[in-house]
Amino acid sequence: MSEAAHKDYAGAKLGMWLFLYTEILLFGGLFVLYAVYLFRFPAEFARASNELSLTFGTVNTLILLTSSLAAAAAVTAVQKGARQLTFWLLVGTVITAAIFLVNKYFEWSAKFHHGIYLNGPGLAEAAPGEVIFFSLYFITTGLHGLHVLIGAILLTVIAGGVRKGAIHTGDYVKLENSALYWHLVDLVWIFVFPLYYLIL
Amino acid sequence: MMLMRTELHEENERGFWAGKPGLFGWIFSTDHKRIALLYFYLVLAFFLVGVSLGALIRLELIAPGATIIDAQTYNALFTLHGVIMIFLFIIPGVPAILGNFLLPLMIGARDVAFPRLNLFSWWLYLIGAVMALASLFTGGGAPDTGWTFYVPFSTDTSTNVTVAASAVFVLGFSSILTGMNFLTTIHRLRAPGMGWGRLPLFVWAMYATAWIQLLATPVLGLTVALIVLERVFDAGLFDPARGGDPLMFQHLFWIYSHPAVYIMILPGMGIVSEIIPTFARKRIFGYWAIVVSSLAIAFAGSLVWSHHMLTSGMSDMGVFVFSLLTFLVAIPSAVKVFNWVATLYKGSIWLAAPMLYALSFLILFSIGGLTGLVLGAAATDIHVHDTHFVVAHFHYVMFGGAAFAFFGGLHYWLPKMFGRMYDQRLAAIAWAILTVGFNLLYFPMLVLGLQGMPRRYFDYLPQFQPLNLFATVGSWVLVAGLLLMFYTLHRGCRHGAPAGADPWGGTTLEWSVPSPPPTENFEEDPRVERDPYDYRIGEEGP
Amino acid sequence: MSQQGGHIVPYRTFVFVWLALLVLTGATVAVSRVHLGALNVWVALGIASVKAGLVIFIFMHLQYEKPILKFFLFIALVVLAIFIGLTFTDVLYR
Repeated sequence: MSEAAHKDYAGAKLGMWLFLYTEILLFGGLFVLYAVYLFRFPAEFARASNELSLTFGTVNTLILLTSSLAAAAAVTAVQKGARQLTFWLLVGTVITAAIFLVNKYFEWSAKFHHGIYLNGPGLAEAAPGEVIFFSLYFITTGLHGLHVLIGAILLTVIAGGVRKGAIHTGDYVKLENSALYWHLVDLVWIFVFPLYYLIL
Repeated sequence: MMLMRTELHEENERGFWAGKPGLFGWIFSTDHKRIALLYFYLVLAFFLVGVSLGALIRLELIAPGATIIDAQTYNALFTLHGVIMIFLFIIPGVPAILGNFLLPLMIGARDVAFPRLNLFSWWLYLIGAVMALASLFTGGGAPDTGWTFYVPFSTDTSTNVTVAASAVFVLGFSSILTGMNFLTTIHRLRAPGMGWGRLPLFVWAMYATAWIQLLATPVLGLTVALIVLERVFDAGLFDPARGGDPLMFQHLFWIYSHPAVYIMILPGMGIVSEIIPTFARKRIFGYWAIVVSSLAIAFAGSLVWSHHMLTSGMSDMGVFVFSLLTFLVAIPSAVKVFNWVATLYKGSIWLAAPMLYALSFLILFSIGGLTGLVLGAAATDIHVHDTHFVVAHFHYVMFGGAAFAFFGGLHYWLPKMFGRMYDQRLAAIAWAILTVGFNLLYFPMLVLGLQGMPRRYFDYLPQFQPLNLFATVGSWVLVAGLLLMFYTLHRGCRHGAPAGADPWGGTTLEWSVPSPPPTENFEEDPRVERDPYDYRIGEEGP
Repeated sequence: MSQQGGHIVPYRTFVFVWLALLVLTGATVAVSRVHLGALNVWVALGIASVKAGLVIFIFMHLQYEKPILKFFLFIALVVLAIFIGLTFTDVLYR
């Protein structure tokens, strides 16, 4: 009986991709709701979208795209055996993730300050469609933010593994899979950004 | 010397049972066979709780008005009965128990692709189950919304929907991870020679099921998360006063819960596809037709969810589209029934216990499926929606179908798992009592529903009493059959005669290893050279 | 090929894709300031899909993976499209 000393990298990656499909469907459910309510309340969605900060949204988009670049480059770096570079690219990814979350904190705080939150007083007089917009906004970006946090923690652990030499050019599937998770986080935002910040 | 040989002999005799001992050796084991048994004991326990709840419901309904409980308790009873039977028994059941035990064996593998994830799935199941039970005794008490958690009642009720919904979230995660594990296992760990065209049909069934588990369950996760968010933060997503639409909850809920019924039935169909060839000593008729129809059911199952909503206020277009699509999904199921019957034709039929369950599956599932057409047709659905006709329909397919197939699978494979054979005669008697009781219980409900008796009502009109009395007595016969069945199996697994590697003359790989199998499954990687179901005349077994 | 055995994408490729993503982000913001009515959403989704494609195929290496992985992604997206699309057979006609 052959001992499974040789790891199944393709299998591990397949497993990760399958998990990513579940994430697509998880956020997908929120997009089902969004699609229906956008159709029902086009004017109110536009009005509410206008109240979101285009600056924050765009900056956060650029931040996540850059973090994805770093994560992707980290995979190349580990493949080439560049341990230091891999480590710093991962650190860079985590730092950009942290900046994203800090931005989110300021963005949400500003809204909370005006009483705009789930069932908040700032929405008491708002039109029905606007309430729906903000509810979906907070739930979607909240769920997304949770995934950013999870991804950041994951990548930090992986960076530690690279530093210790546990993850290296002969066995880096954990890094690959974490990077895949991170890209998913970026992908969700790629759709969240125009749908919530750019509606006219 | 003598002692070592005895120990070795005991190891060989007890297979994977003789591994790491004690509770910790089991609940932290990553051996798929042990994990399967861990699921087995929990699932069985919850099934018995679910049966007891069902018996209580029937006891209440033996006469109109309050018989043994009040209305609020009744609502909690049927909610709990549904939640337990669906999320703790029938959805995990076959994949977690038989799938876990048999999948690696059937493809010639040592274990699943992610053994630790497999163990984690079991722990999630246990945690989710404990949370579901906790909802009974904490907060506002047992949920009373029905297992479907419709808004606005589920967001308004003071009962402990929050904990129950969270439990479902955790259980859903367990299901997703199992699906992920099985898909990777089937893609990556097949033994040399085990091509896609040589996979046993049970494996194909698990494959199709795993895709549904993977793609549909996340939407359930989101939906129950939204219930909790609404209860805690009152976001108003389904509140018409704030622009929300209660029907959107129903859409999200059924987007998962309809495909879920195919998670329930496909594994059962896979079991039937294994049992019938073995007990007809004949190659399955239309192997590829069964494969394609399994995948077709998985896919088509994602197209029909709103047939649960035909009377809820959808647009006429929606009603039309979903009713039409529902008729399409019946086709692949019918294909399977034709293939199974064609396999029986001119076969050498052996009416052992597994075959009895497979045959009754064919009939009961067909009845369930045909009544589904009445429900799927929008015009007739108006009259029978939310009546006992629906209750009968889904019990015919989920109980008479999926659960009977599960029981058949237990009768087929428990001798492999425990290494011992049960009393065949007693098993057949139990089957007979169970089947008679089942029909006494559920057939009257078809009539009651057509006559207009609503479901989920604590009380009913006096004219419905005779059939209700009849059904309740039927439930007692059913329970007697179940108890005898479990007693027979239990006694067999504990004290039965050694079963041997292949008591049924099966041809798939699990029958080529000892009963019970050793921890590492195969001494060497098997090389597969034959199709499954290759019963050559004159050969004894695989 | 690395020792683990995967295709190595050059840093340069990633940087070009990143630049393209920045440009597309700018484009989507610019187009969103123009009133196109119902078309706005579809254009936004279209650009987002192109961006997503770049991330998926290049950043996530899907371009260099086995075809079956691409097929599975297609299935997942089709299923999501079905969920949204069929919901609209109800919602669109109420």
